Amino acid sequence: MYMENNFLLTYLLLIPLLGSLLLLFINKEKESLIRWAGFGIALLAFILSLVIYLRFDPGQSGFQFVNKITWISKINVSYHVGIDGISILLILLTTFLTPITLFSSWKSIKKKVKEFTFFMLLLEVGMIGVFVSLDLFLFYVFWEAMLIPMYFIIGIWGGEQRIYASVKFFIYTMFGSLLMLVSIIWLGVYAASFTGTFTTNLLDLYKIGPGVPHQIQVFMFLSFFISFAIKVPLFPFHTWLPDAHVQAPTAGSVILAGVLLKMGTYGIIRFCLPLFPQSATEFAPVISVLAIIGIIYGALVAMVQKDMKKLVAYSSVSHLGFVVLGIFAMTTEAVQGSVIQMVNHGLSTGALFLLVGMIYDRTHTREISNYGGIAKIIPLFSFALMFASLSSMGLPGLNGFVGEFLILLGSFKSPVLNSWAYTIFAASGVIFAAVYLLWMYQRVVFGEVKHQNLFSLKDLEKREIAILIPIFIFILWIGIYPGTFLKLSEKSTNTVIQQVLVNPNTDVKVAKQ
Amino acid sequence: MEFHSILNSLTYLAPEITVSAALILVVLFDLILGKNKKALPVIALAGMVAASFFVFQQMTFNGFAFSKVSQPWINVGMITVDSFGAFFKSIVILATVLVIFFSFSSEEIKKSFDRLGEYYTLVLGMVLGMFLMISASDLLLVYLSLELVSLSSYVLAGFTKLRERSSEAALKYIIYGAVSSGLMLFGISILFGMTGSTNLYVINSLLQAPNINHLALAFAGILIFAGIGYKISAAPFHFWTPDVYEGAPITITAFLSVASKAAGFALLIRFVKITFISGVAPSGHWQMIPAFPWKEFLIVISILTMTLGNFSALWQTNLKRLLAYSSIAHAGYILMGIAVLSNQGLIAVLIYFGIYAFMNLGAFFIVMLIANKIGSEELEDYKGLGYTMPFLGVTFGMFLVSLIGLPPSAGFIGKLYLFIALVDAKMIVVAVIALLNTVVSLYYYIKVLREMFLAKPASPSTAFKLSPLSLILIIVMLAPVVIFGVYFNPIVEFAKGCVTILGL
Repeated sequence: MYMENNFLLTYLLLIPLLGSLLLLFINKEKESLIRWAGFGIALLAFILSLVIYLRFDPGQSGFQFVNKITWISKINVSYHVGIDGISILLILLTTFLTPITLFSSWKSIKKKVKEFTFFMLLLEVGMIGVFVSLDLFLFYVFWEAMLIPMYFIIGIWGGEQRIYASVKFFIYTMFGSLLMLVSIIWLGVYAASFTGTFTTNLLDLYKIGPGVPHQIQVFMFLSFFISFAIKVPLFPFHTWLPDAHVQAPTAGSVILAGVLLKMGTYGIIRFCLPLFPQSATEFAPVISVLAIIGIIYGALVAMVQKDMKKLVAYSSVSHLGFVVLGIFAMTTEAVQGSVIQMVNHGLSTGALFLLVGMIYDRTHTREISNYGGIAKIIPLFSFALMFASLSSMGLPGLNGFVGEFLILLGSFKSPVLNSWAYTIFAASGVIFAAVYLLWMYQRVVFGEVKHQNLFSLKDLEKREIAILIPIFIFILWIGIYPGTFLKLSEKSTNTVIQQVLVNPNTDVKVAKQ
Repeated sequence: MEFHSILNSLTYLAPEITVSAALILVVLFDLILGKNKKALPVIALAGMVAASFFVFQQMTFNGFAFSKVSQPWINVGMITVDSFGAFFKSIVILATVLVIFFSFSSEEIKKSFDRLGEYYTLVLGMVLGMFLMISASDLLLVYLSLELVSLSSYVLAGFTKLRERSSEAALKYIIYGAVSSGLMLFGISILFGMTGSTNLYVINSLLQAPNINHLALAFAGILIFAGIGYKISAAPFHFWTPDVYEGAPITITAFLSVASKAAGFALLIRFVKITFISGVAPSGHWQMIPAFPWKEFLIVISILTMTLGNFSALWQTNLKRLLAYSSIAHAGYILMGIAVLSNQGLIAVLIYFGIYAFMNLGAFFIVMLIANKIGSEELEDYKGLGYTMPFLGVTFGMFLVSLIGLPPSAGFIGKLYLFIALVDAKMIVVAVIALLNTVVSLYYYIKVLREMFLAKPASPSTAFKLSPLSLILIIVMLAPVVIFGVYFNPIVEFAKGCVTILGL
């Protein structure tokens, strides 16, 4: 582990933060300047994250690029950031999607451009912050601070029901995170009985968490887990998601699906598992069942949606179910599959939301029944939609397949779950995904042209193609050669699994493997 | 009492004497100057500045004024001067100075121009009463100072004579006030009957005896709490709060919600700690006389208070009423910190109160500025305010975020320390209830944000010029709310230095 201070991650946080403040000084009439500035700042953050990626050493198991500055010495809270192979993937995803969404909203966001760009950059700070925090206090600050920009993004630039959706989103998430706050404090106070001082340092708590008495550990685990499960969202905590997704502007949906939901699953990997290994293994079967219900339920509900955006939103519930299942299977393959699936979902669902947004900008309707036969009119769009759908349903050769396959494989031989039934049921989700996506595709793209005004549709323009191409490149890359990405997360995934399974308190019959 | 002892006491009473002098000067100048009222607030401010100088000196003082040396076994007095009292006095001074500045730009106060003399006299009268309340360690003085504050505030609540609501508020205030001070007096008489003394320290030493009548003591405790609970608007003595807060001029509402609460909390903490303590454990927990279960009692009251406050606030459409209920809820959070009955809980309470003073005064000030402009405090008229008055909208939003307790605002730090104190004392269930309450409160606070930023403006944007004074005031109140959210060492250190309550 690098112990000397490395400020790269701090710079990565500062770029969007200072950038967003800088934006405030630009006259709001100069919309194109604001757009370019916002895009430029986000791009700069992406370039810096690439530098971090190039310097990242996947051979190490600990945290890298650690930067630790004492913040409040009295309660032992510090500004402590660092990344491992899991967080670097999510940071890359965040910095990759942010400029894309900003670029994509150049046409769809017409009012209050300055405020929009400001909130998007602020959101990026929060998202990166969540993925790099190695101090629970710092993590909580970023986690909560992100709510306000997202509340405004949905509430100001959203659809008809935006106010209802934004309030619901806010209250759900806040409820979960306050539960977590009590647990964080509890953990800190518990740590104080060993080390003498209150602490929220994650690396110290890793040593203390597993030793928490069992009854208390269950409560702590659950309060952390519910907070993350709401964010994921795991069935039955998912009801805020369709509202938020459908009402949010395209850029909001992409960020929501692409990154915000991943914060939940990331939180489970980073905090729930290593801090409370005993409870995590005990609850693994129950949570896996919920995950599978989510997979099947999300898929079935997606199947009957009339609204394309809602369909994609419910497909998220289904896909994230896979991720949670993979995490709680706790084998190297499954957890690695989950990590890669988080990235995959960000890319595929992001692309689907972008495409739905693009066609919505043209026709102002998302009803599937209003479309039909557009394959001949806008072939490029139809191809792009095909590509994104196939990636989302997990066609071999594209990214979705890699993640789902690894998760299913890993959960099949999981010593924690110890039953093949999970895999069988989960696998049915893959079939359902094919059904709802292909059926949607067929109704939208093929068949008779139902409405005369569809004939005047314009195909994708250069800007839109430029938005989609980078995403499609990564979709193909992960699909054909996932090794680039799996290599990054391998060591860190193993570390997490070691923390859970090689623990005196966890009672897992590894021999059965 | 010897002359020498009285002379000695004067050094301890410097802040109170200064305030009294300022009060007299305001009355005199009001008579001499006649129509020219410009000097009055200046005198009041000068008095507060001088008082603050003496209060800062008291940060390191420990002692009694008017001590009874004649009682050989204990050397105690009516007025206790310690750093704990100095902390709350400085909160009162802060609130007073800000409220005097608020009054400069308040349309309501400007309309009653000819009675400004009364206004500042009564405000200073309240300050004097609150100073005495904060330092009182004798039941007689407790009662007298409480009445001084109450009587001044009754008149101030009804200050805008022409408004019906204002008069109604004053009347309700008096009736509730009379009842609760009557109850308190009854409690005091029981306590006096049991111990034969009005001095809290003497009472404490007598209560240590094993043969105390628990029932009588519990009765007295609850009755006295009724008097104090009314001042801090703790449930079930909170019924006056929304009506009075709505009817009173906004400057006075802001003043009541911070200064008078500060004095009430100081009195409560001092009364509970001095009278009922039997020792302090090395961990900082207060060991209480088993005769009265203060911990359980305060927990129940605090849960009641915050839950009632938060749930009632949900249905409010008037900003002043909404903030009134929100201040009841905050009183509940603070009571929870007191219920920990430890030094750590006390530190958390002080931190919370220090932050609460800034964010609550700030919120009320902006409501006042908006009311000056649009002539309404109804939530409905706040539609699109974030766009028609962007500066006020955004700053109000920041105060509200801090009242919710979201990071990275100071309100979060206040809550964090309260929760740490609770969890440390193994009062997890209380902490969880407080947290659920926070979720409820989220709803009505964001309701305001929603109206301001998500709804379309009802009227086209009108030019709104903020006076430089208002701008400076907002920044003065906003700066701590923002800075303490990120860097809170100063306020924590300050609070830690102010936990000394003379006594065990």
